[in-house]
Amino acid sequence: MSVDLQTVRRAARLARIYEPESRLESLARELNAILGWIDLLEEVDVEGVEAMTSAVELTLPLRDDVISDGGQAKAIVANAPQSADGFFVVPKVVE
Amino acid sequence: MTELTELTLSAARDGLVAKAFSSVELTAAFNDAIEAVNPILNAYVTTTPQKAMEMAEASDARRRCGAVGPLEGLPLGIKDLYCTQGVRTTACSRILGEFTPTYESTVTANLWRDGAVLLGKLNMDEFAMGSSNETSRFGPVINPWKRQESGNVALTPGGSSGGSAAAVAADLCLAATASDTGGSIRQPAAFTGTVGLKPTYGRASRYGMIAFASSMDQAGPIAKTVEDSAILLGSMCGHDPRDSTSLSLEVPDFAAAVKRGVKGLKIGVPKEYRVDGMPDEIEKLWHQGMTWLQDLGATIVDVSLPHTKYALPCYYIVAPAEASSNLARYDGMRFGTRAAGDTLTEVYEQSRAQGFGNEVKRRILIGTYVLSAGYYDAYYLRAQRVRTKIADDFKQAWQVCDALLTPTAPFAAFGIGEKSADPIQMYLNDVFTVTANLAGLPAISLPASLDAHGLPLGLQVIGRALDEETILAVGGALEAQAGFNAKPKKWW
Amino acid sequence: MPVHGYVGSMINFSIPNDLDIRAARPDQYVAGATGDWEIIVGLEVHAQVSAQSKLFSGASAAYGGAPNAHVSLVDAGMPGMLPVLNRFCVEQAVRTGLGLGAKINLWSRFDRKNYFYPDLPQGYQISQFAYPIVGEGSLNVDCDHGETVPIRIERIHLEQDAGKSIHDLDPNATYVDLNRSGCALMEIVSKPDIRSSEEAANYFKTLRALVRYLGTCDGNMDEGSMRADVNVSVRKPGSPFGTRCEIKNVNSTRYVALAVDYEARRQIEILEDGGTIIQQTRLFDVKTGKTRAMRSKEDAHDYRYFPDPDLLPLVLDQAWVDAIAASLPELPDAKKQRFKSEYGLSAYDASVLVADKDAADFFETAAKGRDAKLVNSWMTVELFGWLNKHDKDLAHSPVSAERLGELVELISHGTITGKIAKDVFARMIETGDAPAIIVEREGLKQETDTGLIEATVEALMAANPDKVEEARTKPKALGWWVGQLMKVTGGKASPAVINEVIKTKLGL
Repeated sequence: MSVDLQTVRRAARLARIYEPESRLESLARELNAILGWIDLLEEVDVEGVEAMTSAVELTLPLRDDVISDGGQAKAIVANAPQSADGFFVVPKVVE
Repeated sequence: MTELTELTLSAARDGLVAKAFSSVELTAAFNDAIEAVNPILNAYVTTTPQKAMEMAEASDARRRCGAVGPLEGLPLGIKDLYCTQGVRTTACSRILGEFTPTYESTVTANLWRDGAVLLGKLNMDEFAMGSSNETSRFGPVINPWKRQESGNVALTPGGSSGGSAAAVAADLCLAATASDTGGSIRQPAAFTGTVGLKPTYGRASRYGMIAFASSMDQAGPIAKTVEDSAILLGSMCGHDPRDSTSLSLEVPDFAAAVKRGVKGLKIGVPKEYRVDGMPDEIEKLWHQGMTWLQDLGATIVDVSLPHTKYALPCYYIVAPAEASSNLARYDGMRFGTRAAGDTLTEVYEQSRAQGFGNEVKRRILIGTYVLSAGYYDAYYLRAQRVRTKIADDFKQAWQVCDALLTPTAPFAAFGIGEKSADPIQMYLNDVFTVTANLAGLPAISLPASLDAHGLPLGLQVIGRALDEETILAVGGALEAQAGFNAKPKKWW
Repeated sequence: MPVHGYVGSMINFSIPNDLDIRAARPDQYVAGATGDWEIIVGLEVHAQVSAQSKLFSGASAAYGGAPNAHVSLVDAGMPGMLPVLNRFCVEQAVRTGLGLGAKINLWSRFDRKNYFYPDLPQGYQISQFAYPIVGEGSLNVDCDHGETVPIRIERIHLEQDAGKSIHDLDPNATYVDLNRSGCALMEIVSKPDIRSSEEAANYFKTLRALVRYLGTCDGNMDEGSMRADVNVSVRKPGSPFGTRCEIKNVNSTRYVALAVDYEARRQIEILEDGGTIIQQTRLFDVKTGKTRAMRSKEDAHDYRYFPDPDLLPLVLDQAWVDAIAASLPELPDAKKQRFKSEYGLSAYDASVLVADKDAADFFETAAKGRDAKLVNSWMTVELFGWLNKHDKDLAHSPVSAERLGELVELISHGTITGKIAKDVFARMIETGDAPAIIVEREGLKQETDTGLIEATVEALMAANPDKVEEARTKPKALGWWVGQLMKVTGGKASPAVINEVIKTKLGL
């Protein structure tokens, strides 16, 4: 499989990374080189093989429903580029 | 007398116990060395000399009261991937700006609990994506080693834990924390003549460690000796209820395993690790390693890991996919740098375009693409299934052997800029290391010889899940046999 | 299913042909210029789990609080932070599933839904996409048209809530409060079995009653504990389903009905003008009663779901599920049947009472060992009437269930008349006293002295021969006599004694 400019444009948009039109061509080339190499996987017979999502063969641990955190609004916004009255302040969102 | 900074971790510990010197003296020696050398090697991106002295003083005070932790008074360097409370943490990415955590990672908290001293934060590839430390926002780390015939060519220390490896090799800390997603501990260890150990996935907590690819990221030490790596590993590991993938197990006495010996062990040698174009010296070293182990009573068995060649392509789907999602939180909204823009979308796109370097962007785009509608099955799901087959290869091998012996990397340290033009050439660095990450297995790299250019070469030992003790025993045996004691010439 | 993996693709939702199975109800069709239209509705209800702490962090899940006060580093998506699942939330999802008679999946998994939004700190929402914790179930909904319609449930999954964006504090910026970020939601997804705005509203109401019975969600709509994404499409009767639009975050039963009505009308007008419906996400504006397309959702979204590598498969023990099943309270359907058989209530009366667990409990306390129908009528007419008039709910009733039961008992035993009982009830509301004490104190006991009544009847007969004549020709028309006697005795005369005396005196 190979990607075209539109696919690269779309991936960049989905990933919220600005890529100027002038960069798309070389990006597509880079991605295609990598994807072409990745295509090696097509020769593996994976019929009926379970997918491995974790290297730990355990099940999910559960915690008790107790309040053990929070109450640190100052720490939460301490590194914010912009904050006011304990809120994060972000560019205007139009719903 | 040996300079304090040249001591191994265990020798420094003994010296502190014997009151040959104090933690303050030891720490001051490192602070001085860092101040002198770091501008040249660029191993540290943040130094904390004052904090180090405070911690050393506190440690000496504890020692006077008889409260002595396993790492009491020992100065360490910390990869800039670990969140450290009140100390800037950036994963060497512009997007984190001056991010200063209000919290401490579990691994580093364990070190401070055990008495260690923080010297500073170590350089790395941006978000641990890279094998040469060239993707750092703070610029590359210079390998303390040089080719003997061309002293003016700067080499990379490998990556992503290039700062950790270089700092240990150049005596800028006793030992360092590092992290390994595809080989980021072991390959730089091999490039710098140091020991690097990646434990079983789940041994060390990922809480507070900036994520790259969650299903493979694992903390581990880079140190001067196998024993030092075992000591540091023992403090780093342990169950953490804040990490759902953390293993609820007691931490074994890793250091005790180092001298356990290899008599009666079966050591597997995977034929698929003989790759085209691998230098003869590495092939020779590998055989030398087999002989060393045989001489100590181990048996060498040939094994096959037939899906080895699919490991890197598999990794380059799984890791970018996870990274594309893990790095979504770096959006300029709650922390880090925010770029200007007229609309919310523009702010997002500009913050991330300006905040991430090219390699990180490339991987985010690949990860975004392989997870997107219509491609998920062909790429991501297929890769996860191939991953199962890779893990199964190892399970088969454990039927006939106790550990695997391989080279760590297919070549020695290379020059800065030599491989950065072609991403795939760079990715091939991890060809021998990435399988252990995919399967979640423990693996150690230790220096075993020098090549014709005078550069260190490493051997890797991979073990069964949870069996760090065996790889430490094999590593300890190889270390003793190799008698590797070369150090980089102090050209700085 | 094995512990650490799955075989299937993420996108394994084919369109099964059993989606469109409701029998037609032409009485619910909507008339358009070109003929009748049928409305198709499916609801995705987000019900916040009534937990102390969040789904994946130990921060408080309480409503409100100072900005970012109920936020952990995990909820804020800080670097290196990891989720740890809340057992109580898992239990409530299972409980809700069992309440809907649904399949409980012993193996489920959390996936990441990736998208950017300022109130989504991680850049993804942890949800369950491919393997939800609860599978198919069903909810019986009593509808205004008289039919009880089983609405099928597709699934329930657990997911994180997002934070809150506040747009009106600053004209040039949005403020974000993450207190809600990470709170546990159960997304309860219905099949498209709903065929009118009225059915949609009743489904939402019935589901709310159920989760309140189960105690898994407080159902508090003002605090956003229950919100619905309403999927609406229209079609000509007999045609395949049309293109649907999703109306996000509708937060009351009434708004659900209004949103469906408006949206169906909008779509019909477009289609009748020869247009086509574009699948889109819309918002219901409570001020205008209209829906509009959401600008923030204009981008084609591709959520890139994949299993969350920070979490492992959620594996439940059947014995644990069985124990939860054994602990379920009596649910509305069963209670309704029992109210009919045990108390002799009509289906209508029973369903009114069970619609609210508090009302059903109140009724049972009051009716225990008493005339249940009389209790029902006093409760629904007098008590609810007063509460409605004073805008109070049952929890704040000045008359307790026990006191109301005592009042009914006084009527049943003939101690007071129904007429006097209304006065007593009013005094109970004022004073909070027991009805027996009020009756005693104010001398309101029923007059059963036949001597006084006999004398009064005789006097009335003498003064009103025409009424005597009328009573003899129409023996059933005794209302005038009863009324006169009540007037004379101040309402305290026992109706039974009055009847007896009149009949004897008039020789009926």
